[in-house]
Amino acid sequence: MDTAGLLPLVIAVPLLGAAVLVAGGRRLPRIVTDALGCAFAAAPAALALLVLARVAGGGAGPYAVEWVGGWHLAGGEGVGIVLVADPLGAGLAALVSVLVVAVLAYSWHYFEEPPRRHGGAFTALILLFQAGMCGFALTGDLFNAFVFFELMGVVAYALTGYRVEESRPLHGALSFGIVNSLGGYCMLLGITLLYARTGELGLAQIGRALDGRAPDGLVLAAFVLVATGLLVKAAAVPFHFWLPDAHAVAPTPVCMLLSGVMVELGVYGVARVYWTVFSGPGGVPHPDLTRALLVIGTLTALLGALMCWRQRHIKRLLAFSTVAHTGLFLTGVAVLSPEGVSGTALYVLGHAGVKAALFGCVGVLLDRYASVDEHELYGRAGELPVTGVLFTVGGLALSGLPPFGTGLGKALAEEAAGQAAGWLPALFVLVSAVTGGAVLRVALRVFAGAGRPPRAAEDGPETTGEAEPETGGRLRRVPVPMLAVPAALLAGALSVGVLPGVAATAERAGRLFTDARGYRAAVLDGRPVAAPAAVAQHWPTTGILLGLLSTALAAALAALAVWRPARTGATALTAPVRRLQSGHIGDYVAWLVVGMALLTALTATGLR
Amino acid sequence: MTVLPYLVAGWIFLVGVYGLVTSRNLIHAVGCLAVAQSSTYVLLLAVGYRRGGTAPVFSDVPPDRRVVDPVVQALALTDIVVGATVTALLLALVVQLRKRHGTVDPDALSDLKG
Repeated sequence: MDTAGLLPLVIAVPLLGAAVLVAGGRRLPRIVTDALGCAFAAAPAALALLVLARVAGGGAGPYAVEWVGGWHLAGGEGVGIVLVADPLGAGLAALVSVLVVAVLAYSWHYFEEPPRRHGGAFTALILLFQAGMCGFALTGDLFNAFVFFELMGVVAYALTGYRVEESRPLHGALSFGIVNSLGGYCMLLGITLLYARTGELGLAQIGRALDGRAPDGLVLAAFVLVATGLLVKAAAVPFHFWLPDAHAVAPTPVCMLLSGVMVELGVYGVARVYWTVFSGPGGVPHPDLTRALLVIGTLTALLGALMCWRQRHIKRLLAFSTVAHTGLFLTGVAVLSPEGVSGTALYVLGHAGVKAALFGCVGVLLDRYASVDEHELYGRAGELPVTGVLFTVGGLALSGLPPFGTGLGKALAEEAAGQAAGWLPALFVLVSAVTGGAVLRVALRVFAGAGRPPRAAEDGPETTGEAEPETGGRLRRVPVPMLAVPAALLAGALSVGVLPGVAATAERAGRLFTDARGYRAAVLDGRPVAAPAAVAQHWPTTGILLGLLSTALAAALAALAVWRPARTGATALTAPVRRLQSGHIGDYVAWLVVGMALLTALTATGLR
Repeated sequence: MTVLPYLVAGWIFLVGVYGLVTSRNLIHAVGCLAVAQSSTYVLLLAVGYRRGGTAPVFSDVPPDRRVVDPVVQALALTDIVVGATVTALLLALVVQLRKRHGTVDPDALSDLKG
């Protein structure tokens, strides 16, 4: 079968698996539903990897274009829906699918036996989630992107509130659902405006039609609306408030997917839509987009890092670290260079493995001690040396330690960003150091019992971390998959930085991704685009030094936090910022409107 | 071509958002989300409108008859399906929250902050 013919299968197989599990799950024993789920997730993973190998290999050209159902363009016009795999999109679909397999292996038999008559429901939802995310990564049609966006959204709300017996997951799922759905409707309004202007829904078609005339208020409004929806998913400040609330309460395997790939798909969406639709003369000028994304990305990175440092609920801490890293990803994309895109892609790849592994380790703590609170767990987890080592290695990798994939991605992204503005590498180092340092602080306190027992802050709001275990009862012995999967994920993150082929593929993917003309020619004219020659990527020396610097800073921050002589008054300074995270849905919606206004103000100078 | 439908769509969206921001009841909030969504229906149908056009069903009108744009109607149908799913799921979460927590007032949910 040709490469393009495989694309619908990557989306259809998990959908089919979900249907099979929902229909037959209740009649099958647990082990069969788990095995079926893994098989239905692994098959698209293999397909996506095959597609990636073919489009990245360059034999048949770097784009695989499939008009679903044979509805091809006739004379440049058509109503068909197109799936497009370039190396970056195919790579993301492969990452999603591999991570889903890892998550299903992690929850193998561990996740509490679902209530009677609902066997297989959890696995079915995960498969639906996989289909939505793969579809979003592979679609070449803006309206379909909205549909997949909502599919993954709805499934993610259901998965977040999966433990319906407790009130916190319900609260988190409601905030998540309302804010993300409103973002989705903004995106649809924007798509409608683009359709009104161009009469097209395909990314390539809209882009080509827009370039016929100068941009005006309608194009700008459409951009702001579409970008709002995608930035809500990406949890960029000030659209980010839903993310910590949802991640703190979602089941651990779901957190691995939400933090590892779903949030990053929002960043991917912004970059994909910008390059294919708005990057030409009829769209949003490059300097305006760079300014907007740099402002939002910097705010996101700094606020995420600050809030991450102040958490005691470990899952929430990791959630804010995701916010901070999303800010760095947005910054890497903002410089609008192929190097920025490929560096960010590697960073996302490494981050997905590291963050999922860290969440996996926290899941072990949760199921053994019924708590994810740094203060309550102080010194208690010394009996879990393997988990402790994995968690510490994850913290070091998160802070950008070479030769992990996070280190390489950070090095390349900050090098690209540094060419746009000289102070940006400092932002990368600072944010990596603070988020990695927060994880290392937790490792020191929880696994090593270092320093004095921490005390609660009396100033400002705080979320404590008592929670119910997700297994049938508290674990007495840690199951093998719950340790093997985080270890494998960390090994994967390491291989991203070590294997030269990964970096070379990302470099080519970045150049293809930023070539809007090539994309349109491949999709609309069916013209084969010559694959750019591979350039060997090396670890930049400055990047290695900055990575070592941020790791050393992270370790120093963690040590300082654990062994510092006495409380300083610094915690009081952050209380106003922490109060913004109020847990109130109305506030979050108000911030969404503020964010739209900010985005409009930052891009409005593109009008003349 | 008149701007009125576009203004109406914008107005409905803003009314829905205002309701969400000031809501004191989660069922009301989910309703407001549905109101905000209905602005997308209005906008879609306004975009596809053609003066003098009829419904794009060709079983009983001649094929050369002027019709409104059928694409946006297909989009609106998809949109309605999405909206129904979201509303149903969120309402189910609210029902469950009422059972577990005994309240539907967003101000009473104070576990997650800071």
